[in-house]
Amino acid sequence: MAIDQIRGGRRIGRYVLLTVMAVVVLFPIYVMVIGAFKPFDKVLNDPLLPTHFTFDTLRDAWDSGNLGRALWNSALVAVIVTFAQVVTSVFAAYAFVFLKFPGKSIVFAVFVATLLVPIEATLTVNRRTMEDLDWINSYQGLTVPFLATAFGIFMIRQVFMSIPKEMREAASMDGLGHFRFMWEVAVPLSRPTIGALATFAFLSSWNQYLWPVLITTDEDYNTVQTGLKALKQGGLTKPNIVIAGSIIVALPIVAVLIAFQRQLIRGLTAGAVKG
Amino acid sequence: MTDAGKGSRLTGRQRNRLRDSGLALLMLGPSIVILAAFVIYPLIRAVFLGAQRCSVQGCRDTGWGQYVDAFRSNEFQDSLVVTAKYALITVPIGLVLGIALAVLADKYIRGVGIFRTIFSSTIATSVVVASVMWFFLLNQDVGIIASWLGGTAKTPGFLNDPDTALWAVSASSIWANLGFTFIVVTAGLQSVPKDLYESAYVDGANGFGRFTNVTLPLISPTLLFATVVLTTRAFQSFGEVDLLTSGGPRGTTTTITYLAYGKGFATSGDDGLRATVSILLFLVLLVLALAQFRGLAKRVHYGN
Repeated sequence: MAIDQIRGGRRIGRYVLLTVMAVVVLFPIYVMVIGAFKPFDKVLNDPLLPTHFTFDTLRDAWDSGNLGRALWNSALVAVIVTFAQVVTSVFAAYAFVFLKFPGKSIVFAVFVATLLVPIEATLTVNRRTMEDLDWINSYQGLTVPFLATAFGIFMIRQVFMSIPKEMREAASMDGLGHFRFMWEVAVPLSRPTIGALATFAFLSSWNQYLWPVLITTDEDYNTVQTGLKALKQGGLTKPNIVIAGSIIVALPIVAVLIAFQRQLIRGLTAGAVKG
Repeated sequence: MTDAGKGSRLTGRQRNRLRDSGLALLMLGPSIVILAAFVIYPLIRAVFLGAQRCSVQGCRDTGWGQYVDAFRSNEFQDSLVVTAKYALITVPIGLVLGIALAVLADKYIRGVGIFRTIFSSTIATSVVVASVMWFFLLNQDVGIIASWLGGTAKTPGFLNDPDTALWAVSASSIWANLGFTFIVVTAGLQSVPKDLYESAYVDGANGFGRFTNVTLPLISPTLLFATVVLTTRAFQSFGEVDLLTSGGPRGTTTTITYLAYGKGFATSGDDGLRATVSILLFLVLLVLALAQFRGLAKRVHYGN
């Protein structure tokens, strides 16, 4: 422990540095929160002090941005996408790890190759598909293309691979079918990774911007991100209404992050340590 | 496991095999359908669409030369330069800041948990939320930073000045990505065995020496990962450009993705040209990823 502990002057120095950096990182958030609780004509008078406290700005943002509807849309879309991605990933990964079938390695190679395709390369054609299906301005349009991802399948496959093959053989001897083995053994053993995938899928869906911009024109299908864009376009005269709106939009994510911090960190670092 | 006969010509093993295959098809089916319909098909279709020009009336073939022409066009070349500059600003600065924060908060001292939470916090902001925040920090009419610097009225403001606009967009992006980089590097640091530090300490290495000779090589896989992710994000940036500058002023923030999907370009009403640009972006990203893996992988130490 000798070198893990820092003492005396160096310790004070480290606190000073940490504090300075924390102030820098938090500054934009602080300014935003202060601004959101002020009437709009007072924002530029002492922008750093919480004077003229009011909830009106938040209420204005909620009403003029129709944020209740946007929050509901985003939540619905994110929950559907998250649930579906977990289910499709677990099933597909199970097939890749525990089943023998012809063409397995080719199918897997094609799946992994799709990881390399940036979403931007497929958006144009996907938007045309949405038009053909009449899915512009619809929940199908916002969710269906993301119900399965190679990333999720790959992530769950990695953890299923770590389950000893002998366990499957033993379970098979005991007469446990594939579905029961998956549900009673493989899934419980992989719970942390599945949690990581779910958290990651939820955040990615919630934060999507370009796709909803391309396939929704009707305000009723605004997600929080496109709702915020609409609020910004209309809100230049009352800037802090937009700021208040972005606080409303960020709050659910803050809650999700606090609740699932560990899962998210596991998800983000899945590819990071020991490449 | 012998064949029970009764007219069946399949052995038990073959029957198992067949049942497994059927089950596999059932389990893989949904994923195959989604990936085929929304990743593989659109990619292949986009390659062909990229050789066409489209309008509301429909599409007509213009030939594969469209890829070459689009690549050589001033608009694409300019956006390539803008995107490269943007990546060269955001990736190194973001990475250095992320490493600095992670190293600073790595050692255990009282209250370090609070600082870790603060440094990770920007991950809670989406690109849109971060861009909106920075818009109201930097905008010359209502921006707080701008008003401090007394820049109102006289100067065009950070977001409207061709010399500063890309830096302004970069600031927003570096800030928004800082949480991600911090979390990833922190995880990398915590996977470094502590006894390696102790032996370096015993060998008389000072703090800086320990960092460059022990820490950096050991977290190099993490840094490679972070570099690739941050570079890819830089090349795919759309939201921050759309919300902060709309590609302006004078095209100084028009990234490749914004050229493909933003408003007011030749691509806007033309799916053919959009496809051309987005396939070119795909190729640029592929080349970049390959180059990063080949160039950096040599220096990455994977241990054993």
